[in-house]
Amino acid sequence: MRPPWLENPALKTPRRVDSVASLKQLQEVMSVALYRPLTDEEGMMDTWTDDRPMSQMAETFIKPNDRLTSFDRLEIYNRVYWFRILNGLTEDYPGLRALLGDRRFDALSQAYLTAYPSGSWTLRNLGSRLVNFIQAEPRLTRPKTAQAVDVARMEWAQTLAFDEAARPSVKGDDLLGVPPAELHLDLQPYLVLLDLHCAADEFVHEAKKLGNGLRSEASNVTDHAPERHARKPIAKLRKEDVWVAVHRSDNMIFFKRIEREAFLLLTALRDGCSLLEALDKALAGASPEVDWAARLREWFDNWARLGWLCERRV
Amino acid sequence: MPANPFNGQTNYGIGIGLRVPHYRHILEKKPLVGWFEIISENFMVDGGRPLEILDSILEQYRVVQHGVSAYFGNADPLNREHLKKLKRLVKRTNTPWLSDHLCWGSVDGRYSHDLLPMPYTMAVAKHTAEKIRQASDFLEVPICVENVSSYAEFHQSEMTEWEFLTEVVERADCGILLDVNNIYVSSLNHSFNPRDYLRNVPHHRVGQIHIAGHTKYERYVLDTHDHPVCDPVWSLYAEAIQLCGPTATLLEWDDLIPTFDEVHAEALKAEKHLHSHETALA
Repeated sequence: MRPPWLENPALKTPRRVDSVASLKQLQEVMSVALYRPLTDEEGMMDTWTDDRPMSQMAETFIKPNDRLTSFDRLEIYNRVYWFRILNGLTEDYPGLRALLGDRRFDALSQAYLTAYPSGSWTLRNLGSRLVNFIQAEPRLTRPKTAQAVDVARMEWAQTLAFDEAARPSVKGDDLLGVPPAELHLDLQPYLVLLDLHCAADEFVHEAKKLGNGLRSEASNVTDHAPERHARKPIAKLRKEDVWVAVHRSDNMIFFKRIEREAFLLLTALRDGCSLLEALDKALAGASPEVDWAARLREWFDNWARLGWLCERRV
Repeated sequence: MPANPFNGQTNYGIGIGLRVPHYRHILEKKPLVGWFEIISENFMVDGGRPLEILDSILEQYRVVQHGVSAYFGNADPLNREHLKKLKRLVKRTNTPWLSDHLCWGSVDGRYSHDLLPMPYTMAVAKHTAEKIRQASDFLEVPICVENVSSYAEFHQSEMTEWEFLTEVVERADCGILLDVNNIYVSSLNHSFNPRDYLRNVPHHRVGQIHIAGHTKYERYVLDTHDHPVCDPVWSLYAEAIQLCGPTATLLEWDDLIPTFDEVHAEALKAEKHLHSHETALA
């Protein structure tokens, strides 16, 4: 499961660093040494990409001193790298960890971060590809893959809801008099809509209550190995089709359950449909027993009050 | 000396790092603090609580930005998206200068989120200086580069760390954020005299000083920012003030963070050294 760049046997340490190209070469070698996973004993691997002893490879670029070998010194960076990113994922995914248990969560995290190292300058985006990875590697979460996907989607949605932009919102009065076929609205960037097949919202809410609720800030300190504490069990994740809007209000994150038709309507608006087209999509096949006119008024009043709707930028 | 082109001709005294566990205390009690240093990356977002907190702090305090991911030492070019977000934050905070580290941290868009040591060669110094110049031109604010703690040295290095730092800042015409704790940590890890380092950097370029705690293990020392400042670091700091003048000083405390008052009290211990310099001049 390791990507090819992490196992490239052609990597060579430059003898001198006298150009940008040789600097790049050295940085490629060192980054591969750092990004290769730790052993079960949380140490650096014994062999390099070309099957040479790792100690021999480390000696090609790291000086030893009177207390540490080249291997030892490089291993400090290898460990710090993994502790930092594993801690980052652990802090952002307490629900997924509760669902899978520590051992499987750690295995999933290591496999994910090996396949997809951070592609962003901020740790905030560390989980951006986790949902896709869980879907692509179901053996790591079986038989809970479907639930793991939903829980991971909920937890990534919180990251977005926390600090995505807020645009000026549209008030209810702004909508009056505009023909539905010509009215195009957008949704706040911080609003995430989810269709789930289990009650992942309740589950994540419970998991958050057991954690400290604070994601670590960026800093330049070295990290420790992720801590493992005994935790109270969380109630089972119930199978249930639910539609959830993850949003923020007064800078607090909320999970709001919405009706299926409301989810379809909002999704269509976000996709660029006019209000008329969005209504067609949302209410196709809807029960004729419901007073949809009254329901729509209630929804739009509510969404306008929450500030979810904004003008569509051309 | 303390007010210089590299810190925007300011004369800031002692500051502390703005950290989440202290937000409520600061906003409610409004303690008297010279200035706060923020980690830029924590506020390079598009909305939400981080920016609201920052705006509240900015209403009452002076703020200086300190970054952890510009990676001037990367072989790869500067990340333009990162710089654009950083510039937006600079406009928001009006930081008189900003700092980041003399290190590398990513290759081909894969990020280590660490401050990795540089090979100290002339070609690398030229390349790094050029990138600092590019960043400074784009950001339109003075930049100070910070020496990092390191746990490894390269065979390929051709000069000492302080010679490399000097070469970079002279070529980039930028400032230094002199971290005396990092000098001390690296001196123990690499067996050099920290005073050789301190005495051989261009003092007129020092725009800011960092102090912090660290952790000693059996065979090496880690820069953990989870302890008070130890006596040898205070002693180095005192000498730094004698050499550089009463320079803006910031205490870093990032892990096992105690109460605001404890952190503040630790930072204020620097005052006697700043004042002793003023007394010596009088």
